[in-house]
Amino acid sequence: MQTNRVKAPLVHLSRRDTLPLWHKAVIRLAAFILGMAVCGLVALLLIEKLRLDPSRMGEFYQSFIKGSFSTLARRWKFFKNVAVLLCIALALTPAFRMRFWNTGAEGQTLMGVLAAVAVNFYLGGKYTNGRVAWPDWSLLVLMFAASLIAGAVWGVIPALFKARWNTNETLFTLMMNYVATFFVSYCLIKWVPSGSSSLGKLSSGKLPTVFTGLGKSQYSDYLLIIILVGLVTALVYVYLNYSKHGYEISVVGESERTARYVGINVNKVIVRTMLLSGMLCGLAGWIIGAGLDRSVTTESVGGQGFTAIMVCWLAKFDPIMMILTSGLIIFLNLGADQISTTFDVSGAFPNVIIGIVLFFIIGSEFFINYKINFRKKETPSVTK
Amino acid sequence: MGPFIDFLVDSLGFGATFMYGSTGEIITEKAGHLNLGIPGVMCMGGAGGCLMINLCVKAGFPPFLIVLLGILGSFIMGVLMGLIYSFLTVTLRANQNVTGLALTTFGVGLMKVLMSDKKLVQATTYLVNPKNYFRFPFASRTDNLHTLGVMFFIAVIIAIGAGWLLYHTRTGLNLRSIGENPATADAAGINVIRYKYLATCIGSGISALGGLYYIIDYMCSQEAYLSLEAFGWLSIALVIFVLWKPHITIPGAFIFGVLFSCSSHIPNLLPFIKVTMAAKPLFKMLPYVFTIVVLIISSVRSRRENRPPKSLGISYFREER
Amino acid sequence: MQPVLELKHITKRFGKDVLANDDVSMEVYPGEVLAILGENGCGKTTLMNMVSGIYYPDAGHIYIKGEEALIRSPRDAYKYNIGMIHQHFKLVDVFSAAENIALGLDKTSGSLKQVTDKVSEISAKYGFNIDPNKKIYDMSVSEKQTVEIIKVLFRGAEILILDEPTAVLTLSEIKRLFEILRNMVADGKSVIIITHKLNEVMEVSDRVAVMRKGKHIATVNTSETTESELTDMMVGRKVDLNIARTEPVDPRPRIEIRNLSLKDEEGGWALKEVNLTACGGEILGIAGIAGSGQRQLLEAVAGLNRPETGEIIFTNPKKNKPVTLFHKKLPQIRRLAAENKLHYPDGKRVNLSGVSDKQLRALIAEEKLLFDDDEIMSLRDKTPLEIRELGVKLSFVPEDRLGMGLVGDMGISGNMMLRSYRKGKSMFLNFKKPKALGEEIIKELEVVTPSVRTPVRRLSGGNLQKVLVGREISSSPKVLMAAYPVRGLDINSSYTIYNLLAKQKSLGTAVIYVGEDLDVLMELCDRIVVMNSGRVSEPLDARSVKKEELGRLMTVSHREGE
Repeated sequence: MQTNRVKAPLVHLSRRDTLPLWHKAVIRLAAFILGMAVCGLVALLLIEKLRLDPSRMGEFYQSFIKGSFSTLARRWKFFKNVAVLLCIALALTPAFRMRFWNTGAEGQTLMGVLAAVAVNFYLGGKYTNGRVAWPDWSLLVLMFAASLIAGAVWGVIPALFKARWNTNETLFTLMMNYVATFFVSYCLIKWVPSGSSSLGKLSSGKLPTVFTGLGKSQYSDYLLIIILVGLVTALVYVYLNYSKHGYEISVVGESERTARYVGINVNKVIVRTMLLSGMLCGLAGWIIGAGLDRSVTTESVGGQGFTAIMVCWLAKFDPIMMILTSGLIIFLNLGADQISTTFDVSGAFPNVIIGIVLFFIIGSEFFINYKINFRKKETPSVTK
Repeated sequence: MGPFIDFLVDSLGFGATFMYGSTGEIITEKAGHLNLGIPGVMCMGGAGGCLMINLCVKAGFPPFLIVLLGILGSFIMGVLMGLIYSFLTVTLRANQNVTGLALTTFGVGLMKVLMSDKKLVQATTYLVNPKNYFRFPFASRTDNLHTLGVMFFIAVIIAIGAGWLLYHTRTGLNLRSIGENPATADAAGINVIRYKYLATCIGSGISALGGLYYIIDYMCSQEAYLSLEAFGWLSIALVIFVLWKPHITIPGAFIFGVLFSCSSHIPNLLPFIKVTMAAKPLFKMLPYVFTIVVLIISSVRSRRENRPPKSLGISYFREER
Repeated sequence: MQPVLELKHITKRFGKDVLANDDVSMEVYPGEVLAILGENGCGKTTLMNMVSGIYYPDAGHIYIKGEEALIRSPRDAYKYNIGMIHQHFKLVDVFSAAENIALGLDKTSGSLKQVTDKVSEISAKYGFNIDPNKKIYDMSVSEKQTVEIIKVLFRGAEILILDEPTAVLTLSEIKRLFEILRNMVADGKSVIIITHKLNEVMEVSDRVAVMRKGKHIATVNTSETTESELTDMMVGRKVDLNIARTEPVDPRPRIEIRNLSLKDEEGGWALKEVNLTACGGEILGIAGIAGSGQRQLLEAVAGLNRPETGEIIFTNPKKNKPVTLFHKKLPQIRRLAAENKLHYPDGKRVNLSGVSDKQLRALIAEEKLLFDDDEIMSLRDKTPLEIRELGVKLSFVPEDRLGMGLVGDMGISGNMMLRSYRKGKSMFLNFKKPKALGEEIIKELEVVTPSVRTPVRRLSGGNLQKVLVGREISSSPKVLMAAYPVRGLDINSSYTIYNLLAKQKSLGTAVIYVGEDLDVLMELCDRIVVMNSGRVSEPLDARSVKKEELGRLMTVSHREGE
């Protein structure tokens, strides 16, 4: 008689079918909390003031709430920032659903900003016979059109090559970002001869003050933008889930062979979808260039084109969920901004926080998609 | 001929940044992982190296040790970044694109925080003298050769070595098979997970050196770190250009170097061309436009041997049905 | 004698519902060929995957030479001298044979040159014929299999597992493979061969283990059993392969393929001068070894690829089609009537003499004037959409269900939309009809699914196929093409599919059935053609043809004339 037990592997993975919604939510929430905890640890290491006085950790976490919600101005800023980020993320969604990895939202949006500002720069503030040649409303309409076209052009160029030769779109769109950036600095040098390469805030092309009694007039602009993006969210949601175009996008994303089998013109869908995606980026550009800044720099979009990719992915390409995920990112961003002023660290600190929290949320997907089976202890079996 | 040699040497020197970045990324991609976190990795490599050099200088180490430990610090920082990436994508099978982008966000941010922390990293400490140590053995020369230092030669050696490893050794064969078809490699008894971890971590370590090289050796300026992110992206693009072959990164990186440094050399090389202020950004655009053109050309004439590893970007789960 | 390999109470589940192996125990002795016989999907491959380290059992133990073995990975399996040749070869395409063999070996195996030498040595010993430096993508299926076998022998495998090794081989290649297997057994090795082909079991094995629905039914000595006994064990009840076959109804040519040639991606000929006619009201069977051009042929008809030469003609029979002024002008209609081509709904001939234009217009408006008109159109170089817009009702059940026929992430209702979503001018989708159709298919074909919304990716192969075939016949097609529609299905689902095809035939549809099981082809179809290296044989009468004749046509080698 021998009892010959060999140790079985401790864990064993299998794919999960489905998980109840609340279960998924709990996993993600746990990941977020863990991520925040690690953020605290990292901050303790990085931030000198915290190192010297760890009792200020409470203040560290409070700063997150403070950064977004402590004053009216901050609350407006929070929702405005969410709206802008959400708009870019919405722009990416159709492309991502088609599995077209558009990493060029940064450039597409920047081109939108540039186009809006260019129209304003060349046409705005000019007088003919003592009267304003282009009143603000007409400027805004022209800027709107210009932004949309600029974004669409920037988006459709890689799509054309993808459709024709299957050119790698991830890197193509990425490189287009830099081309856009340097194009902007070229324009700035041309426009601002002094060499300071900073274009002040243009006085023309203001958004009309629609809402009064909000405190400051710029809150009216914010509200207008928030409403506009809310509308776009609904439209994109309907377009993707209820329209024939949206259906075609899903089929192409799932399998090009299936798409061809049912007679979908794959190339047409790719080009059409990227036109739309670029156009929506252009819209975000218009919001920044016409509604908010009325100026352009190479940092006008400030990396939101990349952040939007994460917003989009975290929401599993669902426009409604994106409201939440973009809110989360902005919450972290503003909170960490607050921290960097309170504790005197670099303005790049928010990126560290966002990075860490993202790692945890990305990693948590594993526990949603896979089941970890710990092998049960078996009673030693007796073999001959 | 002076200006021309200047131009060539400068381009070579610049190119070494990409040599590191791309060689590291090639090794990673050969294991089937597209690491879009390379920009972050390179940034952190730069920060890690500078941090280490600071410590070494303050401790009064001899130059030789400062260089060695600086490189080591940078490499280790890259490996740590690679570890984050591989834990998420290999063990937790997370989406590679998103993980890479998050790594870039994190790395670029953390580097800026570190490099602007005057207590931890001081430009006066990590730049002034160490720069000459890194220029070994040409530091004392007055001609243009003095811009090529020890890290340049390490870059060339790593690129050639990686090419040899991938295409002439059993380890390379195993690694390439994982990128092509992990199920096959697994069935052949290769420890896929271990290879993937090693390839991503070592690859990241190598890429990280590019960051240190650029800050300390090529630019030797305290503003240098600000432009590292863009070079990370270009390094990833260069991988396609050199058809996933590490030794081709040497000429490939040189071409990128030429494109980058031409704007500052044209006034010397071709005095009859007036480079206006406004043209500067257009020159800076060149490498990116060039990359796009290369992407297009390589997609138009795609051949079987020149395709990316077949399973690039796909997570491997043995029991997938 | 002590068994080299013993499986005890092995159980393996996939997800909640799929019990792939249920308490399976089995032994293998040295120097024997054990055949594991069972239908598709009975768990044979899963069981062997656990022996070779691809899967890990949920419960149960494996013993090698009496000692309990822990096989967590293929590497562990090699350690125990177990080697498996998978049905889908695990080879790296861009590597040479020697590189593939050297893959994963440790340093002790020497340089690539030494590996090459040892490969030649093994080849000589067992009678293989292989060029170690040839790239895999340049190899035929049989060559790839050889590389796989050498690979496991190289690692000193004592137990060889071959998963469906004959599925893609020609008759002469199968013969050679069996000889090699006998050489290996004579050498003291044990061979396990997974198969569902009875004749091969009888020919090559010493013992047969029969599996059914994840369970091990029995193991018998081959010499003491018969094919019919094995069949009984395999399917669990008497096989009644009597597929109800009716006589064709009014078979008239529906699809005519003339001289069709098509190049594959590598530039070779996927189809070579194919001539073929499929008639309405009959089932045309296409037999042949997988990969002989069946897929390309069907895809050419469906408009998914571009032929080099040839013609694809579709004849659309239109009966009792009302005359409209949209199509014809009044004088034309009068001429048609004069030619006796028009009739009333009750079938009487139309005589228009003495009918005024006004009366005629009224008749036309009331759709009283009918005519029969065969539309003849060319489908070559048309896209699937153009074919559809021409009004050609062509349905196609592709071989690749999830990769082509269905969208895995969508529910049944979403998949129903695939063919019909374009209908209507609205830019929005109509969800009602596809949902109703999906529910109807679930009910009629007994599809097992939690709901119409559940992503079809989660359905079993049989249910997937019912959904796909159900959708394709829902549009009452004029032509129905089905490629391997019963592959991987259990007997019951297979019969559901056979009946659906037979019903389409009785409705006058031209059915083209690509299959691999010759018995089914001979009982289901009316005429059979055989495909071999991109060529199509003369049609044979399915009711009288001999199985041997089909087998010969499948495997006879064509002289390459060019």
